[in-house]
Amino acid sequence: MINTEILIVGGGPAGLCAAIAAAESGAKVTLVERNDSLGGQLEKQTHMFFGSQKQYASIRGIDIVGILTKELDKYNENVTIMLNATVIGMYEDGILTIEQNDKYMKVKPQAIIVATGASEKFLTFPNNDLPGIYGAGAVQTLANVHGVLPGKSIVMVGAGNIGLIVSYQLMQAGIKVKAIIDAAPKIGGYLVHASKIRRMGVPIMTGYTVKYAHGKDALEKVTLWKLDDKWQPIPGSEIDIDTDVLCISVGLSPLAELLWQVGCEMKFVPELGGHVPTRNEDLETSIPNVFVAGDVGGVEEASSAMVEGRLAGLCAAKKLGHVLPDYKEQREDCLGQLNDLRSGPVGEKIRKGLEQLIS
Amino acid sequence: MRIEEHPILSFKKGPKVKFTFDGQQYEGYEGEPIAAALHAAGVKVLGHSHNLGRPRGFYCAIGNCSSCLMVVDGKPNVRVCVEKLTEGMIVETQKGKGDLV
Repeated sequence: MINTEILIVGGGPAGLCAAIAAAESGAKVTLVERNDSLGGQLEKQTHMFFGSQKQYASIRGIDIVGILTKELDKYNENVTIMLNATVIGMYEDGILTIEQNDKYMKVKPQAIIVATGASEKFLTFPNNDLPGIYGAGAVQTLANVHGVLPGKSIVMVGAGNIGLIVSYQLMQAGIKVKAIIDAAPKIGGYLVHASKIRRMGVPIMTGYTVKYAHGKDALEKVTLWKLDDKWQPIPGSEIDIDTDVLCISVGLSPLAELLWQVGCEMKFVPELGGHVPTRNEDLETSIPNVFVAGDVGGVEEASSAMVEGRLAGLCAAKKLGHVLPDYKEQREDCLGQLNDLRSGPVGEKIRKGLEQLIS
Repeated sequence: MRIEEHPILSFKKGPKVKFTFDGQQYEGYEGEPIAAALHAAGVKVLGHSHNLGRPRGFYCAIGNCSSCLMVVDGKPNVRVCVEKLTEGMIVETQKGKGDLV
């Protein structure tokens, strides 16, 4: 049995910030990451972040990893990092099971912060299982982390921020982006990203979806068709595009399996990506001492994941008696940052979603 | 195909290693995911669906979706999108669901 005060599941932006805040507060922290390095999906994000300075605005995601791991290193006497380690079970008696290098371990922490992130959603259309049809994030990993091109050309489904940013990054890597389509009548992502892409001559077709994918062993061609104002396809509006890659960027769903297993109260909130745990303002779920941070509690941007991580780390530590002298100010600061990130028309969906969850 | 030039990134690659895929010899870089090495060599079909035999590739590339399960060094159900390539690895298309032992 491993001994630790706070176990953090996931070493992405939320988990890293949770570990920093909890360790800074004086708690003994174990950070469990299934990959062989920390940072989660930051490792493929070559774009500069938005938000404010506190969330590392105008710094590339790939460089934020280094900043966070360096900060974590300041508290290394309080932190144990387990890499290549997967939490495979979380039980009602508070025990978690971990697999690392084919070894099976048990741990019973006093508090848990689940920061497992989210996975890419899929889209229904005939032949959607052909090789060559990939998640946008998958293609981003392949190109930006491993330096391998997914194919010769792509069509991107989804004009939200991920669809726009990944399309631009694929162009940087030397791939022809033939079109970006979105079923919605308007571009969902920031217009600054969309304009950049339009200037490079790539059409962004709103009100279009995929009718059919063609190919024998792998994708060769897609047929698109237009949707009317009731989201119904218009026969006769079909367009064929030859392409060997189709990227699906239609949102993410929280990786909440562990929360289900341990019995957290869950609610279906489409605005947040699917089933998400109810929680209080300190990000504590319906089960005492089980906290969440980042996309697992509702899909947002990495910026808010980092702030939620800090908040969960501070609050979990405080529950165990590790209270920073400026705990109150730090907590207020986190809540203020989250409010700012979720303000305005862009954050409306998130605000609506969270209203249904926070008790 | 591999990215040779990039405006922002430089790719740190491990040493070149040889591996086999269904008996044929391939080359990749040590430490990269098996799926990346196969994709760079033009292999997109990693397996077939159990019931209808439809071709399968990877989907998420980060170990979430299990669309890329293969037999690696005799072990079935390995997610090749996150399993790292080593010298002499034997990668095979998986038939069926794989045995537990």
